[in-house]
Amino acid sequence: MLKKLVIHVFLIFGGLLFVYPFFWMVSASLAPENELSQLTFIPSIISGQSYRQVIEKIPIIRAFLNSLFVSLSITTGVLIFGSMVGYALSRMQFRGRQLVFYVIIFTMTLPFQITLIPQYILMVKFAWVDTFLSLIVPYLMNAFAIIMFRQYFMSIPQDLIDAARMDGCNELQILYRILWPNSVPALITVGIITFMASWNEVLWPLIVIRNETLMTMPQVVTLFAVGGRAESQLGAKLASATMLAIPIVLAYVFFQRYFIQSMTTTGMKE
Amino acid sequence: MIVKLKNITGYLMVMPYLIHFSIFIAFPILFSLFLMFHRWNIISPMEFVGLKNFYRLLHDYYFWRSIVNTLVFLVIHVPLQIMTALFFAELLNQKIHLRGFFRAAFFLPVVVSGVVVTMLWEQLYGFDTGLLNRILVNLGLDKIGWLISPQMAMPSIAIMATWKNVGLYIILFLVGLQSVPAHYYEAADLEGASHWQKFRYITLPSINPTIFMVVILSTIGGFSLFIEPYIMTSGGPLNSTLSAVLYIYKQGFFYYHMGYAATLGFFFAMLILLVVFLQKRFIERDTGR
Repeated sequence: MLKKLVIHVFLIFGGLLFVYPFFWMVSASLAPENELSQLTFIPSIISGQSYRQVIEKIPIIRAFLNSLFVSLSITTGVLIFGSMVGYALSRMQFRGRQLVFYVIIFTMTLPFQITLIPQYILMVKFAWVDTFLSLIVPYLMNAFAIIMFRQYFMSIPQDLIDAARMDGCNELQILYRILWPNSVPALITVGIITFMASWNEVLWPLIVIRNETLMTMPQVVTLFAVGGRAESQLGAKLASATMLAIPIVLAYVFFQRYFIQSMTTTGMKE
Repeated sequence: MIVKLKNITGYLMVMPYLIHFSIFIAFPILFSLFLMFHRWNIISPMEFVGLKNFYRLLHDYYFWRSIVNTLVFLVIHVPLQIMTALFFAELLNQKIHLRGFFRAAFFLPVVVSGVVVTMLWEQLYGFDTGLLNRILVNLGLDKIGWLISPQMAMPSIAIMATWKNVGLYIILFLVGLQSVPAHYYEAADLEGASHWQKFRYITLPSINPTIFMVVILSTIGGFSLFIEPYIMTSGGPLNSTLSAVLYIYKQGFFYYHMGYAATLGFFFAMLILLVVFLQKRFIERDTGR
């Protein structure tokens, strides 16, 4: 009994350790600036002043829409192309199939540091700097997604595919009409991981986007924090960080089970 | 004929991948091999400089400094991550209330952007007004220069990174712990095994793959640190948080030394592959797999 109590005390302490800083961030972002130096957990009055400052100083709403557009485009592309290549690798016979598979495995082990500079130069030469193309196109193919789909499709009975072929479906119809509805867990896993990774990506946008109206949300918030425009106003900084956290936290609250499952089955982190 | 047709469909379906691979991976790698022998700022014409970039790299204080910084990060981050994750996984593996709730709470920082976490911890680490130093002062202890002391800055980032990622490893360790059949422990109890023996011979083998993953992913993570020092310290104080990627970024996009930045990128990548390879060999030998 005592042991159980100790365990719960430790767990509650641990839970607070991971959640309390976020509560503090939200509560401080809602406090009037003169209350920030105190340790009060709940501000005496709720003030939207910090949020107003953020919206006035940086195009954060625009950045939110940019991020949404970029992340959704990448996720859609990765699902469509990833499942297509995964299908070819798992169910079709052609020479060189194994080679393609090894190439994909090779790219998974390749550190991104090596391609960072030459990829930027490519963007310059394509004249894609300061366009969404540079944010989206390099990410449309994802080795990890292809492998996930390949593994998943291999577990689907061949009979299902043969039956569809008998009914006169072509390969793309088989993939998107027959296999997709039978692969919802794989679609969710790949979708969540891809969306999260692209929503949180910040190094690449900092490199290829200089035009403020095209910037992504993490980029705008980062530049606000380090660029001096926050004028060391703590409230405004925390308000911008809160705004950046809200979309993904909301998604997490609703799809929590899928988030944890997706990330642990793949053992991948951002 | 049908077989042939199916063949073509297969090629057509992997074609987008191959095109994408050629443009965005194969070409950049080849181009970076070429770039390493040149000086170039993108605007003026490229100039062949032979092995100058390699020579410079070998004598570059900042290059070696960033490797040392990464090692400091790893030495603190890896053990801390494993111990913390194992501790909470053990707690969650007991019969407890609200397990799902605790799991979700530990996992929250994993999904939130590194930018948010860094901005938040920058405040927690503040010297005069930061939450951590206020707690220390209330306990009658001295303040710590979390981000302003050259000795503490990288450890502070390592602690923050642990806080951000540990939720994932808690769940992975928990999966490992739950895969051990209860009668193993019962049998060990009957034989009079000590706590340590049970941990060493029953628990450890079941969580070993996860430990392996922590080590590998932390190594890659350490060499990929960017936004944390970018926001908190911009590499300081006294270059103590200058990370590999931050240094490439500075050389490439601040000074526009494309040739040298590509050289740095190549060597860091080779170093990562080498370290991960050695770790893999070492762990495989150690567990006799």
